[in-house]
Amino acid sequence: MTKKTLTGAESLIRCLEQKGVDIIFGYPGGAAIPIFDALVDSKIKLVLVRHEQGATHIADGYARATGKPGVVLVTSGPGATNTVTGIITANMDSVPMIVLCGQTITASLGKDAFQEADVFGITAPIVKHSYLVKDANDIPRIVEEAFHICNTGRPGPVLIDLPKDITGGPSTASTGNIEMDIPGYSFPTTGNKKDIQKLASFLKHSKRPLLLVGHGAEIAGASAEVKKLAETLNAPVVNTLIGKGTFPENHPLSLGMLGMHGTAYANKALARCDLIFSIGSRWDDRITPGKIERFCPDAIKLHIDIDPAEINKIVVPDASVVGDAKLVLQDLLPMIEKLNTKDWIKEVDQYKRKFPLTYKKTGGLKAQHVIDELYKLTKGDAIVTTDVGQHQMWAAQFFKTHKPRTWLSSGGAGTMGFGFPAAIGAQFGQPKETVIAIVGDGGFQMTAFELSTAAIHKLPLKIVVIDNKYLGMVRQWQQLFYDDRLSGVDLEGNPDFVKLAEAYGVKGFRIKRAADVRKVLAKALAYSDGPCLIHAEVIKEDNVFPMIPAGGTADEMIIDPPKIKLEKPKGST
Amino acid sequence: MTANLPLITRDTSHTISLLVANKPGVLLRISLIFSRRGFNIESLVVSPTLDGRFSRMTITAQGNPAILDQIIKQASKLVDVVHATEHRDQTAVQKELALIKVKITPENTSEVLQVVQHFKALTVDITAHSVIIQATGSTEKLDAMMEFLATYGIIELVRTGKIVMARGKEKT
Ligand SMILES: Cc1cc2nc3c(=O)[nH]c(=O)nc-3n(C[C@H](O)[C@H](O)[C@H](O)COP(=O)(O)OP(=O)(O)OC[C@H]3O[C@@H](n4cnc5c(N)ncnc54)[C@H](O)[C@@H]3O)c2cc1C
Ligand SMILES: Cc1ncc(C[n+]2csc(CCOP(=O)(O)OP(=O)(O)O)c2C)c(N)n1
Ligand SMILES: [Mg+2]
Repeated sequence: MTKKTLTGAESLIRCLEQKGVDIIFGYPGGAAIPIFDALVDSKIKLVLVRHEQGATHIADGYARATGKPGVVLVTSGPGATNTVTGIITANMDSVPMIVLCGQTITASLGKDAFQEADVFGITAPIVKHSYLVKDANDIPRIVEEAFHICNTGRPGPVLIDLPKDITGGPSTASTGNIEMDIPGYSFPTTGNKKDIQKLASFLKHSKRPLLLVGHGAEIAGASAEVKKLAETLNAPVVNTLIGKGTFPENHPLSLGMLGMHGTAYANKALARCDLIFSIGSRWDDRITPGKIERFCPDAIKLHIDIDPAEINKIVVPDASVVGDAKLVLQDLLPMIEKLNTKDWIKEVDQYKRKFPLTYKKTGGLKAQHVIDELYKLTKGDAIVTTDVGQHQMWAAQFFKTHKPRTWLSSGGAGTMGFGFPAAIGAQFGQPKETVIAIVGDGGFQMTAFELSTAAIHKLPLKIVVIDNKYLGMVRQWQQLFYDDRLSGVDLEGNPDFVKLAEAYGVKGFRIKRAADVRKVLAKALAYSDGPCLIHAEVIKEDNVFPMIPAGGTADEMIIDPPKIKLEKPKGST
Repeated sequence: MTANLPLITRDTSHTISLLVANKPGVLLRISLIFSRRGFNIESLVVSPTLDGRFSRMTITAQGNPAILDQIIKQASKLVDVVHATEHRDQTAVQKELALIKVKITPENTSEVLQVVQHFKALTVDITAHSVIIQATGSTEKLDAMMEFLATYGIIELVRTGKIVMARGKEKT
């Protein structure tokens, strides 16, 4: 196409530009220098992170908030292995991501060369697909395929390992009119008509239907269709942790999150429904019992999923459709009619009134209070990212999500250290939105060094550190199931998070008393000169309820703190 | 409403045939799908196909049918797998080849050769003390033959592992 022969790296960057990439999160090293060099002349913005794990979570947050793949660029060996946690996090939650790794020269592969790691082998079980580039002329095709694969069907991370002689050497292949060569790759789109009719027929007779909206519905962009379905059937809706937002949780038909730490009314409805219809949820073990035959034994089960391997994996449904949730629902909607669910709606409304989510504003500062107030002050109009632990569950309960792609939480991998960098990515992707990271004192310290990244780019995000001076979620289990024998959960030695923020040039706020919550949060939300951190020193020993002990059924939900010692959960973590 | 449990039955033997793109790493990805679920691969044959872009893999493994169903679905999803199917005896021709080195003495040589003949096998090498027998057929036939030969003393054994081909119009 061009006169000048490109290097492999230049060809790579040109292809990325053509794929619409405008930002890359990276960390350099010897094997990746040719690629960093090619970026100098590119309009792609390069964001230098402080740790490769940070880059992957930032790219992940960017992808979840925008729907576009996040792009990571790292060097070989330790640079590449530092991305492993971020890759599995994205893979477990079906997030599109491209990870570009520098690699030793092809002649040195397998010879224990300096900073050589078999990153292709190390990541093989946790990527959607991966490449080791052996010929610079393959670069345009591989980039084309990688972008296609990572964000079609069930999305996921794709890794490209790039030896330095390949990126540094010439690449004469055209970067235009690229043909892919992936005869083994296909993905479902519309569902089979007969299967959809079967779904519709089951939906005609239900008296107590329940819609279960998962992350797949968000990926499909099926918000409008889910709403139409719920309203047409007049069926209550529950969502998974990472399905929050596709169906607005402030809608009268919403019962919020179900499962282990879901709302009591969602789980009561689950225990009572005569039909449960999963739209893009994979029946994860946080919502289904260990003995699967005890899961809604008398209810009809319906399932839409784009991944054929999810059908029958956990639940064997009465009817299922393999396809994209949005397209399948579009075909389903004309086949369904209003159901008479008056009594059922009355029943679930009673659950809502009888078992609301509550917390006390007395007896010290509560995490729930901080989160509840954040929700009220923002009116839910914010992108919320969370870390993993008790604060995550309280955030899921008290920060109702109104819109898709505004709730970013590591569900499947449950990766501590995710929340704050994910917020950075979300803010890069959605510069106009209010972005709030709700993180624990433990998890925040796993990736807190990205404060530099947030500060340098003056990202106006808010970091709310829920500091209970414990690995609270683990402490809760030890208290409830292990006779309160605390082991390895005391976070003695925590820094003063306000000072930590200030050391990075980030504005810090402190909340110590319940009476100050509203005032301080309002100030922090109004602060716009770059990032700010709110250090909320909450009471040390609070537990998340409701709770279904791991492996249990919705009937076994504990709504209030138990007075007796609980049996150790069996069969599941 | 119907039974919720994926059919949990006892372990059985399975033959899976995969058509895969001829690309590095494809064997790694497939074996990871088995090993992650604690499945032990008993035999694995990789061979060229008429079309040089693809290879054929034939895998036999023991395990729970419900897990095997997952394995086939997960394998089918791999970018480099064009298709994956399980083959049963009724629907496919299944064969393997074995080379068996058996101890012989002047006294029992003719007896051993009779066994060879009975199983329509061949002797491909013979010395004063041993004979190499080449046998083809179903796994069951080879197992039966081995049982016979074991009485004379098997010195070495190499089996190719099973290969299959779907009958008639069906694609393998
Ligand atoms: C401490 C902790 C506690 C937790 N507690 C809970 C809890 O109480 N309740 C809860 O729900 N979760 C909880 N989780 C999260 C849980 O582990 C799972 O991550 C979550 O339940 C999975 O949600 P999902 O099935 O909606 O999403 P995913 O795991 O992302 O699955 C999405 C599904 O949608 C499919 N899909 C993708 N794209 C499409 C498309 N276009 N059309 C159709 N289908 C598509 C995929 O194939 C997949 O099957 C917890 C996690 C942690 C860390
Ligand atoms: C990387 C990683 N290590 C360990 C865990 C196990 N784990 C789950 S929650 C939790 C405690 C989190 O503590 P903190 O961040 O302070 O949040 P809290 O529960 O106190 O709100 C731990 C250790 C994990 N999920 N991720
Ligand atoms: Mg904590």
